[in-house]
Amino acid sequence: MSTESRSVAGQPVNGQVSGEAVVAGPVSTDGAAPPSAADTLAVAGSPAACQTADGAPANAGETAEAGAGDRPRQHWLAEPARKGGPVPAWLRFFRSELRLVFGRPRNLALLGVLAVVPIFFGIVFRLTISAPTGPGNGPPFLNQLAGNGVFLALVVLALLLLLLLPVAISVISGDSIAGEAGLGTLRGLLVVPAGRTRLLTVKYAVICVFCLAACLLITVVALIMGLILFPTGPVTLLSGTTVSLGVGIVRILVVTAYVAIALMSAGAIGLAASTMTQHPVGAIAALLVLVIGSEICDQVPQLSAIHSYLPTHFWLSWDGLFRAPIDWSGVEHGLLSFAAYVVIFVSIAWAKFTSADVTS
Amino acid sequence: MSSGAELALASSGLTKHFSGSPVGWLTGAAGQLAVDGIDLAVPTGSVYGFLGPNGSGKTTTIRMLLGLIQPTSGSYDVLGRPMPAGQADALPLVGSLVEGPAFYPHLSGRANLARLDAADRTANPATMRNRIERALDRVGLLAAADKRYRAYSLGMKQRLAIATSLLRQRRLVILDEPTNGLDPQGTREVRSLIREIAADDTTVFVSSHLLAEVEQICTHVGVMRTGKLVYQGPLADLRGQARLLVRTPNPDQAATLLRDLGLDGVTQAGQEVTADLGSMLPEVINERLVRAGVPVAGLETPRRSLEDEFVELTGEGFDVD
Repeated sequence: MSTESRSVAGQPVNGQVSGEAVVAGPVSTDGAAPPSAADTLAVAGSPAACQTADGAPANAGETAEAGAGDRPRQHWLAEPARKGGPVPAWLRFFRSELRLVFGRPRNLALLGVLAVVPIFFGIVFRLTISAPTGPGNGPPFLNQLAGNGVFLALVVLALLLLLLLPVAISVISGDSIAGEAGLGTLRGLLVVPAGRTRLLTVKYAVICVFCLAACLLITVVALIMGLILFPTGPVTLLSGTTVSLGVGIVRILVVTAYVAIALMSAGAIGLAASTMTQHPVGAIAALLVLVIGSEICDQVPQLSAIHSYLPTHFWLSWDGLFRAPIDWSGVEHGLLSFAAYVVIFVSIAWAKFTSADVTS
Repeated sequence: MSSGAELALASSGLTKHFSGSPVGWLTGAAGQLAVDGIDLAVPTGSVYGFLGPNGSGKTTTIRMLLGLIQPTSGSYDVLGRPMPAGQADALPLVGSLVEGPAFYPHLSGRANLARLDAADRTANPATMRNRIERALDRVGLLAAADKRYRAYSLGMKQRLAIATSLLRQRRLVILDEPTNGLDPQGTREVRSLIREIAADDTTVFVSSHLLAEVEQICTHVGVMRTGKLVYQGPLADLRGQARLLVRTPNPDQAATLLRDLGLDGVTQAGQEVTADLGSMLPEVINERLVRAGVPVAGLETPRRSLEDEFVELTGEGFDVD
């Protein structure tokens, strides 16, 4: 609350006055906000910043109309329209969406499950560490885990990318528009008017934040568990060279960001699916089927011609980061593929959503 | 501000044709002409009752006016701004309730209003708390403001929906069936709220199939029937085609005299003669009748009820035809 007040108080007073002239002008019968309006605000316990923000245009408005005193009920509504440019208003909407997504019990439960998995696998791997898995079995970097606990983060990220992370992103992105449509709140937002393109950008931005938050959460919990349960120290890379623990952790954070971006590309597909139905479950299932289907196709050698076009093909192509010198080619190809998916599917979502009839 | 010529809502040939489902040829679900070329004219400052049986296209029209669905053809203005180009300018000045209340069930009433206010790029966040407080107070929800929406009764949900249109200063409020599902007490409260909103020089456009409601609060009405606007004008005009009824033992003579006076629609039934009153005063007609030696047993100016007019305009009752 207080941050919001401050951000408004920070805007030039001139902007507010002209805002009054432009927007509240046509409503001139009640455009005047006598000082009593400011009094009301003060009584209501709003911060001082709020008073000044309101006081300035109130004085400007008084010249407009004299007879407003006989309609006291109007004063509180005759506030100046906010004219702070589109960016602060977008951020305000974005914060509201963040609160909605991260305040929803179901989504918190999802994050909770994602946080428990590294703990679970950390304990499992600690207890079975003596049993050799042999090359080619188990998730990547599992053989390095016995030597250094930081690899737990990579093992767990790779494991979660198989199912649980795609499920979480499907739920968040599939729910984004379809969930609002299903509740009926979509029409409420659109008549505000939130603006369809604006709503879509806010929704996708929060999907991206969720991807990043989920991956960071897993990495942080896994790093902590890894450091507790396994030996730590300088990190031995796949190529045999050794880097310091700090450099190793930075590279793991780069992998985390890469995985988050991979999931954002899946989130774009989920967003597009979400604009096409009023039933969130449909959109969630659509993305999940697509991800799992893509993973299966990626395992079929006969389909090798299309492998590099599959949305999940580059999800694990970050092992080059653990060689010396770093081999960026896998990451570069991956980022290119993710960017293409984001551009295509955000465009589809935009084209569909901005032209669709909202009958929910 | 309210010079009579201004229109808060205006449309010309507004039409919506819903295309059938992609498998319509299989299921037999063909496309549907939901709204058929209507020309709305809602004067600024009026309380406009938008009447029609269920399924006559009222909600589709409202959704078009608010930019939720795109018209197949036709144009429309909201608060003098051509739509849909003017949406970003016009809609912040329009409060609305479309097809029942819809909010996030896990949020409180207060948090739900804050969410909608945050979505409004023109709303001032510094005054939000105060505005939400007052809007809740006005609809009598202050005591339940921090309860989760899912725990609200239907009447409370409806009132919260009306509170959203009170968050900002509005020049037009569009309410779709605002008393749906309310008990008589709630209906009265909503009615008095609508009167209050209208008293603030806000134009109110309220759709309903409850005639008594419309009759009590509206200044203008529009009547929809199967997608067409079959009547539009001041409420007084719809009910104002007053008739004259003369009860007399000498109906032939009375009928002749009424025709001589230039009255239209003279009909005889037994000892009763009726005619359109037009601009004549009943006392003048009475004097003429008596002077001409017609014994007048009774003279009435019955007004038709809105329900009579409604049924006449929309066909047999409230069913979709």
